[in-house]
Amino acid sequence: MTARIGVLALQGAFREHRAALERLGAQVTEVRLAADLDGLHGLILPGGESTTMARLMTEYALWEPLRAFHARGRQLWGTCAGAILLSGEVQGAPPQFGRQDSLGLLDVTVQRNAFGRQIDSFTTGLDVRGLTGAFPAVFIRAPAFARVGEGVEVLSEYEGQAVAVRQGRVLATAFHPELTGDDRLHELFLQGCLTPA
Amino acid sequence: MTEATTGTPALKQGFAEMFKGGVIMDVVTADQARIAEAAGATAVMALERVPADIRKDGGVARMSDPKMIKEIIGAVSIPVMAKVRIGHIVEAQILQALGVDFIDESEVLTPADDQYHILKHDFKVPFVCGAKNLGEALRRVGEGASMIRTKGEAGTGNVIEAVRHARTVLGEIKHIQARPAEELMTVARDLQAPYELVRYVHEHGKLPVVNFAAGGVATPADAALMMLLGLDGVFVGSGIFKSDNPERRAQAIVKAVTHFQNADVLAEISEDLGAPMTGINIDDLIPAERLAARGW
Repeated sequence: MTARIGVLALQGAFREHRAALERLGAQVTEVRLAADLDGLHGLILPGGESTTMARLMTEYALWEPLRAFHARGRQLWGTCAGAILLSGEVQGAPPQFGRQDSLGLLDVTVQRNAFGRQIDSFTTGLDVRGLTGAFPAVFIRAPAFARVGEGVEVLSEYEGQAVAVRQGRVLATAFHPELTGDDRLHELFLQGCLTPA
Repeated sequence: MTEATTGTPALKQGFAEMFKGGVIMDVVTADQARIAEAAGATAVMALERVPADIRKDGGVARMSDPKMIKEIIGAVSIPVMAKVRIGHIVEAQILQALGVDFIDESEVLTPADDQYHILKHDFKVPFVCGAKNLGEALRRVGEGASMIRTKGEAGTGNVIEAVRHARTVLGEIKHIQARPAEELMTVARDLQAPYELVRYVHEHGKLPVVNFAAGGVATPADAALMMLLGLDGVFVGSGIFKSDNPERRAQAIVKAVTHFQNADVLAEISEDLGAPMTGINIDDLIPAERLAARGW
């Protein structure tokens, strides 16, 4: 069976995810409006700017349809900004934002820009639970999961901070697998999408 | 776990990828930066005067006061970019020391060097540079630029030059793709571009880095047009804060870049935005007033 996967295409590095998924034989849809979610097995929320994506999700009423998509047993994976959008609570937004909106599908508190500004962005080899051998992790103004709830499995840590987590059908990584050409995490995600919930 | 590395081309170009489908807005105060962030900007460009005012005021336009850049960095959570004069290595070192996330080596400021651009490989912070054609774009990438933008004609509110530069670069890319491999060295000679980068374009049909629109975007329709032509995102300079209702216009341009293929959405968001910036007819500019001619 071919997996039908959506990539949230409001802003950011959605084309790279698309390319990785297509390399693995998935059928990919770019999601900009709620109607685009119909018939999909899973959805990737890409990297980019979380404040930009959150604003567009509010403007085009995507929050509830995405929560409903999850409730229907579909898989979700957020990378970097996408991970912020999935989280229960967001820290590091400027005060004028008040509380930054998020989907609340992952029982974590995410800290934006946890490793500093662009000048501090880095790559490193990372051990990720479920993968054999180090994963080339690209951290760009990356967030980290500062608090991780009880039902959340930590798949990887960097300098004592959780940077890859999973809770049921929701996967989140603070780094950017789509920029590396290493498709192992995309493969893992696709397997999950095709396993009955 | 292996050692962490910073400042690599992959990190600089990867960061540039994150701006795609987004709008980078010129701001001159922390308040404007907050408005831009709330409207959905993916980054702000901190500068002392928007291009329209630089045109009006004349004189030498330089890097902004670090105090003002620091205020803007402190005011928002999105990336902050800032401009240096073409060839001004020390202004770039200062911006890197301030923690600016991206440097624009920009023809909008008065050039510091009429021969040489900055060797951008020497910096950990990524650079964006303007280009009018493919040869210029590839020379800048050869020097280490992580993002290319059209030069357009900044501060005019007139999109014609940005369209011209976008069509030129994208047309030249298509032309190179159609050439047989043995002709590429001659193509490189004619373009005055690095051979390896010409080969990259031949193979991939695109620039090695992201390619944005800049210089004259004033309306949501302008922004959507640049996306439709095939660019990755949009810089808006004077177009927002020189218009009647910056907040509404900023929000509308952000939406236009995401929904550029959806005319129903574009029709809705283009409504009732108040007057855009007045704009200048390019033919009325004397050659010395054409910023795109700066740099080579």
